[in-house]
Amino acid sequence: MAVMRLVGAKVKRVEDPKLITGGGQYTDDVRMMDMLYGYVHRSPVAHARIKSIDVSKARQVPGVVAVYTAADLGDWAAPVPAGANITGLQLTRRYPLAHDGKVRLVGDAIAFVVAESRYAARDGSDAIEVDYEELPAVVDIEKAADPGATKLYDDFKDNVAYRIQVGDKAAADAVFGRAHKVVSLKINNQRLVGNPMETRNCVARWDQGAQQMTLYVSSQAPHLAKTFCAGALGLPEHKVRVIVPDVGGGFGVKIDTYGEELLCARASMLLKQPVKWSEDRREHFVATVQGRGQVNYVDLAVDANGKFLGMKVKIFADLGAFQQMNTAVVPTLSNLMLPGAYEMEALHGELIAVYTNTPPTGAYRGAGRPEATHLLERVVDLAAAELGKDPAELRRQNFIGAEKFPYATRGGVMYDSGNYEPALDKALAAVGYKQLRAEQAKMRQSGSKLLGIGLSSYVEICGMGPSAAMGGIGWDSATVRFDPSGKATVLTGVSPHGQGQETTFAQMIHDELGVPIEDVKVQHGDTDIIQYGIGTFGSRGTPVGGAALLKAIERVRHKARQVAAHLLEAPVDDVVYEQGRMHVKGVPGKAVTIQEVAKLCMLEAQKLPPEIEPGLDATATFEPSNFTYPFGTHIVVVEIDKETGEVELKRIVAVDDVGNVLSPLLVDGQIHGGIAQGIGQALFEGAAWDENGQMVTGSFMDYAMPIASELCEYELGYTVTPTPVNPMGAKGCGEAGTIGVCPAAVNAVVDALSGYGVKDIDMPITSEKVWRIINKGNGR
Amino acid sequence: MIPASFEYQAPKSVDEAVKLLASLGDRGKVVAGGHSYIPIMKLRLAQPEVLVDIGRIGELRYVRQEGDRIAIGALTTHAQVAANATINGSCAVLSETALEIGDQQVRNRGTIGGSLAHADPAADYPATILALDAEIVVQGPKGRRTIKATDFFTGMLATALADDELLVEVRVPTVGKGAGGVYLKLPNKASHYAVVGVAAVARLSGGRVSSLAVGITGAGSTPIRAAGVEKALTGQTASADAIAKAAESAAEGLDLLADIHGSADYRAHIARVYTRRAVAEAVRRAGG
Repeated sequence: MAVMRLVGAKVKRVEDPKLITGGGQYTDDVRMMDMLYGYVHRSPVAHARIKSIDVSKARQVPGVVAVYTAADLGDWAAPVPAGANITGLQLTRRYPLAHDGKVRLVGDAIAFVVAESRYAARDGSDAIEVDYEELPAVVDIEKAADPGATKLYDDFKDNVAYRIQVGDKAAADAVFGRAHKVVSLKINNQRLVGNPMETRNCVARWDQGAQQMTLYVSSQAPHLAKTFCAGALGLPEHKVRVIVPDVGGGFGVKIDTYGEELLCARASMLLKQPVKWSEDRREHFVATVQGRGQVNYVDLAVDANGKFLGMKVKIFADLGAFQQMNTAVVPTLSNLMLPGAYEMEALHGELIAVYTNTPPTGAYRGAGRPEATHLLERVVDLAAAELGKDPAELRRQNFIGAEKFPYATRGGVMYDSGNYEPALDKALAAVGYKQLRAEQAKMRQSGSKLLGIGLSSYVEICGMGPSAAMGGIGWDSATVRFDPSGKATVLTGVSPHGQGQETTFAQMIHDELGVPIEDVKVQHGDTDIIQYGIGTFGSRGTPVGGAALLKAIERVRHKARQVAAHLLEAPVDDVVYEQGRMHVKGVPGKAVTIQEVAKLCMLEAQKLPPEIEPGLDATATFEPSNFTYPFGTHIVVVEIDKETGEVELKRIVAVDDVGNVLSPLLVDGQIHGGIAQGIGQALFEGAAWDENGQMVTGSFMDYAMPIASELCEYELGYTVTPTPVNPMGAKGCGEAGTIGVCPAAVNAVVDALSGYGVKDIDMPITSEKVWRIINKGNGR
Repeated sequence: MIPASFEYQAPKSVDEAVKLLASLGDRGKVVAGGHSYIPIMKLRLAQPEVLVDIGRIGELRYVRQEGDRIAIGALTTHAQVAANATINGSCAVLSETALEIGDQQVRNRGTIGGSLAHADPAADYPATILALDAEIVVQGPKGRRTIKATDFFTGMLATALADDELLVEVRVPTVGKGAGGVYLKLPNKASHYAVVGVAAVARLSGGRVSSLAVGITGAGSTPIRAAGVEKALTGQTASADAIAKAAESAAEGLDLLADIHGSADYRAHIARVYTRRAVAEAVRRAGG
């Protein structure tokens, strides 16, 4: 009999034993009789007209079963799902294979080879001959927007996908007119590659008899994949089943439905055999959406006391060569979050999204918010330096007051709840801020190392989100279903792929229904089993999926109480549900258990009164009324070797407020992972292309991911400001770490280098960049 | 990441391997742990006709003390070099170097012979092998010969090893009392190969440097000995100032590399700084 509450307790992940002992089943583990293997022949050049494609030799390669080009497939498929409701958007129509005689990035898909083995498929690809007429590559984000720039799409007027404004330009101009000081920065927010441990994979199996498609895919959004694939393949939606096995990480890049899924599906329909495609790591660097990729100009106007008056921001956002599902929408999240944690009288932002001959961008942990937080938290630090103020105190001075929530920002959103100062204070206390500043001053006098202390006080937007702001897909669903023996199954519409809702949702069932955690199974990722739902992204799994579950739980509990009322011969309102036992108020000695009720509802249904239906299950959906807005303060301490420029992480203190915490260990884990990726952007990662559009960081030999030994211990803390948006009061925590820590790390390095006349330093911060600043004084 | 088709041969003895290589001419390519060559094959940058896997030749896995030298079989893995009591006790700098290579999985597979024969300009071992004045024993159709480490590395990915020869043994001296060695590297943050790696082995006698050897990897297209540094300090008292002055010439003779992980002048600078630090530490460990 369960006696304690597990929500809020440090419960270990129930899914871990399987995953850690190699018991996970991933998409690439799916093997079928007569399965064929697909390989995508990709462009070696960034921008070219295709003069000819000759696949005849490829078709002769032993083991090759079929080779498809866009011409072979004809007009069978709709474009890869993409789009956003943005006025004036020049929307690309992108087919799974280059269909309009042009390639637009290195790695662009040209042909699909299907063979009896991966080896034969690759050999077939090598035998394909393509004649290219190369065109100039568009790589530079700002130059791409020039009216005279080489165009990626002949029928577009230029490379600008869209241009939108936020805030009020006249109001911003007015406050800038009376500013004591305007602080300006240009920020390069570099491209990042998602790099989940498991790359993308899919297996398509067409059942000719049933006329049904089964698609195994490593995805964050199985139901969306079903809808998109059905649409693209011209199949009735109930004849498409998407199964998402275990997923080895997504970070946003697996929300999309990609061309390869459609290619496998179509090939399977034509060949009547299952077809598997597995992305290799090098392909991942060119064939999967990437993160960030912005150039930001920011001007912050302050008065003589350090009060922020207003901000002007110009964002150039790199969409890459074409649109995937979230490509256009991600930069708009930057726009929304520009004012961050601060009050200001006016804001004006301009966002210019451009096409370049590089892989498409999309959602990647943080997705648009890290860019906004970064430019803001960097310019706030610069303002502090130029005003001679302590960066912590300047932040405190400009925070939105706790009494002002819910708070309508100049960015056009409504912050749900917030109380920013306690998180700042807690972080300052944890790091020992005053002593550190004293130590820093001492080290500046002498010594071979420089100490840097960097803060970042972020607010982010997550718990995505209300359907009205999410193109209609902000809700989610859950079913609670009992077996006659009293075991419970949760069918969730979200699609956890590392977040741990198998544990969190089981904790909720335990607490609300009194079912032991080991008697709960959380099922997700099979569209034939699970009711329609949306998926896991934008830190929504628990805030939205969990809220739907809570509603379903309430319905099941109500029914159980009705049954108990009948058995106890009491009015339902007098029945108390306590830890899995139901009794009449004031008579705890005589009780029925949820297990007894479950058995009765299914195997002894004759005992039910006529007004109660047999069975014990319920489905519910949840539509959030708003996004949620987690916040916090992160502090990073670094030491810099003056001679070599090497940056050593000494401390990372993260105080986050993600509302009520249901699973403390899992939230810690999410913050940990988020921090690693935020530090990754600050100090390690950066995708780069040469002027011809060739990627120069196309493998782990050149693209640096942080490894455990290069990070430091994380010191975590929390404040708790519940959100009113969902009944658990939980805000979501998947992206907070990434968003908060990255600017803190850069601020720490710039702080360490404050004696060297440097305003900013491009990420990733390498030892050579630091060395150049120290030794050449050539900071921007 | 799928190699082209190739024929696979796995000889069981050195003699068998050498005969096989002779018969294959330039059609054959030797692989040991496979941690350098197989990735290249998977990218199809290398498409050997016949892959000669020497990984099953048990007679090439050993570590033996032979007088004042330690003989290390070519197939000794990095993990074994790192953990071996003889090497740890008598030539710790080599164990320390082995621990700097890749990660545990790489160290469990990669071999000392394979690494040296591949001669990646950013590999860790070459710096230390050079600084130790090691000897590399190879066997070909005409029998065995010994190549001095200083003669072994002939260029980018190029060595004195002939096509029909197999690297069979590495012989390093003991670094005993009165001597000290160290390997320091600035890693490439992506690959963790050396942007610059410096090995220094110093011997002291009567308060003076009786011998000093400095090997530098990563910075240039070929690992080299920093002859100028060695010359400046040999016979001298190893004061901090003297070491600092001598280290200024560390980058001389380097055919400097430049890429996204480090420009030529940064590599030269790091070579000087790390040489100074490495020499100072080697001298300290030598008892100076």
